[in-house]
Amino acid sequence: MAPREKTPRQPMPEQEPKVRARNFDEVPLGYSHETAIKEAKRCLQCKKPKCRQGCPVEVLIPQFIGKIAEGDFAGAAKTLKEKNSLPAVCGRVCPQETQCEELCILGKKEEPVAIGRLERFAADWERNEGKVEIPELAPATGKKVAVIGAGPAGLTVAGDLIKMGHEVTIFEALHKPGGVLVYGIPEFRLPKAIVQAEVEYLKSMGVKIQVNAVIGKTRTLQELMEEDGFDAVFVGSGAGLPTFMGIDGENLNGVYSANEYLTRSNLMKAYLFPEYDTPVARGKRVATLGGGNVAMDSARTALRLGAEASICVYRRGREEMPARSEEIHHAEEEGVQLNLLTNPIRIIGDEMGRVSGMECIQMELGEPDDSGRRRPQPIKGSEFVLEVDTVVIAIGNSPNPLIPATTPAIETSKWGTIIADEETGKTTMEGVYAGGDVVTGAATVILAMGAGRKAATAIDEYLKGK
Amino acid sequence: MFEIVSKEKLGPAVFRMDIAAPDIARKHQAGNFIMLRINEEGERIPLTVADKDAEKGTVTLVFQAVGKTSAELAELCEGDSLLDFVGPLGKPTHIEKFNGVVVCVGGGIGVAPVHPIACALKDIGNRVISIIGARSKELLIMEEEMKATSDELIVCTDDGSYGKQGFVTEALDEVIRREGKENVALVVAIGPVPMMRFCAKTTEPYGVHTEVSLNPIMVDATGMCGACRVTVGGETKFACVDGPEFDGHKVDFDELTKRLAMYKESEARAMKIYEEASHGGKRCWE
Ligand SMILES: Cc1cc2nc3c(=O)[nH]c(=O)nc-3n(C[C@H](O)[C@H](O)[C@H](O)COP(=O)(O)OP(=O)(O)OC[C@H]3O[C@@H](n4cnc5c(N)ncnc54)[C@H](O)[C@@H]3O)c2cc1C
Ligand SMILES: Cc1cc2nc3c(=O)[nH]c(=O)nc-3n(C[C@H](O)[C@H](O)[C@H](O)COP(=O)(O)OP(=O)(O)OC[C@H]3O[C@@H](n4cnc5c(N)ncnc54)[C@H](O)[C@@H]3O)c2cc1C
Ligand code: SF4
Ligand code: SF4
Ligand code: FES
Repeated sequence: MAPREKTPRQPMPEQEPKVRARNFDEVPLGYSHETAIKEAKRCLQCKKPKCRQGCPVEVLIPQFIGKIAEGDFAGAAKTLKEKNSLPAVCGRVCPQETQCEELCILGKKEEPVAIGRLERFAADWERNEGKVEIPELAPATGKKVAVIGAGPAGLTVAGDLIKMGHEVTIFEALHKPGGVLVYGIPEFRLPKAIVQAEVEYLKSMGVKIQVNAVIGKTRTLQELMEEDGFDAVFVGSGAGLPTFMGIDGENLNGVYSANEYLTRSNLMKAYLFPEYDTPVARGKRVATLGGGNVAMDSARTALRLGAEASICVYRRGREEMPARSEEIHHAEEEGVQLNLLTNPIRIIGDEMGRVSGMECIQMELGEPDDSGRRRPQPIKGSEFVLEVDTVVIAIGNSPNPLIPATTPAIETSKWGTIIADEETGKTTMEGVYAGGDVVTGAATVILAMGAGRKAATAIDEYLKGK
Repeated sequence: MFEIVSKEKLGPAVFRMDIAAPDIARKHQAGNFIMLRINEEGERIPLTVADKDAEKGTVTLVFQAVGKTSAELAELCEGDSLLDFVGPLGKPTHIEKFNGVVVCVGGGIGVAPVHPIACALKDIGNRVISIIGARSKELLIMEEEMKATSDELIVCTDDGSYGKQGFVTEALDEVIRREGKENVALVVAIGPVPMMRFCAKTTEPYGVHTEVSLNPIMVDATGMCGACRVTVGGETKFACVDGPEFDGHKVDFDELTKRLAMYKESEARAMKIYEEASHGGKRCWE
């Protein structure tokens, strides 16, 4: 075999950190055709591709990359969609460094193939060229399925089931479909037009989407099945309940859950206030608590809303931060300060009830805990006050109890997650399936989609037997 | 889209609207509220459902124009539509047949949300005494409706321009003393925050259970954001899903008042821009 010409991993052009930290436009600008082909050619087309084992939905990675290398972008997009219905989203938000790219064989000696960037490229090309094809739908089965929640899990289930010939209606509590993709993840990381295009694609296949429908309130799950004639239900209601710290001062003005801060900014477009009616605090010194993607999104949003200092406070070290490495890197480039091994003790307010500071304590890593991670412990006497006017709490989310509380036949775990079979999504209630964050607790887009895909197959089986 | 089927002006800056929303009309119970958004740029705001007609598929809102969104709503007419309308939200009022009288107190615009509760309590066989009040006569709303659903109705105005002169709290105190505190099973008080606070203060020495309906700022109203946090009995609650009704003796009203002022500057700015752009500085309904 001829020795392979060594090409380095192709960098992604990005907006300048100083510029982008003040606007809401997308940060990475995407590969050009030439760069994409160049990067695709790095792939060794392994016979037993390791990379696929790292992808929760087993995208046909070498195959789609091979098509890009040949310049067949339409073919690449088609190949991607065989396994992944939202490639434009996943290419942008998957934690590739711990999934597909971590196992890429090239990563052993040099840098792994930029699978995520190539995935994004192919999907963007298809959308921008208007080349999205509507697949052939199976003959109508006459069966009706209700999908609760229009996040990645629900959208995937809906797309799969409509292709199988079932009638599908999505019920979404908010006024826009997309779940976390529209209310949580900011525009600068995932442009909302992409989510909108995916939703339009589903609609064009015949999926009905009813927004402003809170299941458990507007209709109950039982009513959907008993009165409205749905033969099966998929619950993909996510993990939308914010966790607070339980420390003093948490209800002061200027303290937000990340959900509120991001919902105001993204879904309600508060960054365009007063053109849009919803306001959000434009803090000068903003502290974000937590070290995950949600914290990075909040801290970066704070800068774009005009903060002079955006400080991320995390109780463990950098290595332990659960955020995608690209997000941490982008955040630091933009000027987010990482205050690691630091834990807040209380939030301090002024006489008007507004945040004026936050008392923190320094931490050190002690013995490993059950999870093998070294447990952070406070260092006595190391308390200090951080001067801030806004605090965003991004320490986690758990499932909203509304659906289980109004559907007694659905059993939940002690964490409030719905108990469902891992392979099928089957819950303890006949004809009801569940998947995504509502089953796993807050996880990732691709896992939610994978769960949706499995549930769609199981629901199809179930409906055939009915 | 959700059509405005009828609109009526009840007083200065107070309006009543019937909205076509059959799903909500079918499921609504006393104490529930809805969230609405007028248009794509709009804010989501909560309003209590003051009445419903399940047959016609409509729900009734009674609201006061206090800021940009409610002013914009006040400007809409019969035949116009709202972009988003979601509900019924919140826990419904706990309704039971009590051994003893129930007192329903409504202050200002608060009479509207008290009305369906008074009806539900009355329908199940309670003796209902209602006290409604306003700053002055022209601000008083829904007197006839409240009269129809109450065994006794007491009307107060702050300035004495109609009914008894004085605050609803004074009338409330009199009723409890007259009936005997053991014989008052429940007080429901809805209105401006200070009025609810003082109603709770009035009943506290008598140990009469008092429900108040809190109105913190909300965003999603499904329990997803925590904007609506209130402290009740030392615990943080989300008013949109745990309430909006709570035991008035346990509510931290100071905190609620402060939290309601969170966006004062933005609100004033939005209102000013709105008035100047569309009405040369005047409010549309004036
Ligand atoms: C700020 C933020 C950043 C993130 N960044 C990343 C990232 O970079 N990469 C990554 O892989 N993952 C990321 N995640 C996680 C990822 O977004 C979630 O794991 C994923 O969205 C879960 O999908 P889902 O379909 O299960 O639920 P969701 O996306 O939460 O969607 C659930 C939907 O159900 C609706 N719903 C809830 N209750 C009801 C009801 N009773 N009736 C009707 N509808 C209801 C909700 O309104 C929502 O629209 C991030 C999460 C957040 C919050
Ligand atoms: C559960 C619930 C039920 C409600 N029911 C009714 C109702 O039936 N009729 C009605 O007229 N109003 C009701 N409200 C209050 C109503 O939601 C507010 O008046 C409205 O959101 C104001 O929006 P705006 O843009 O017009 O004014 P803004 O410009 O947002 O505010 C103007 C002023 O109103 C105050 N305000 C802002 N938001 C609220 C709020 N949520 N509650 C009280 N005051 C507020 C502010 O302190 C500010 O000074 C209810 C509120 C809640 C939470
Ligand atoms: S879906 Fe995610 S994990 Fe799978 S190949 Fe694409 S970027 Fe990698
Ligand atoms: S492991 Fe890497 S080199 Fe091999 S097929 Fe996958 S992406 Fe290509
Ligand atoms: S308004 Fe968002 S949780 Fe109550």
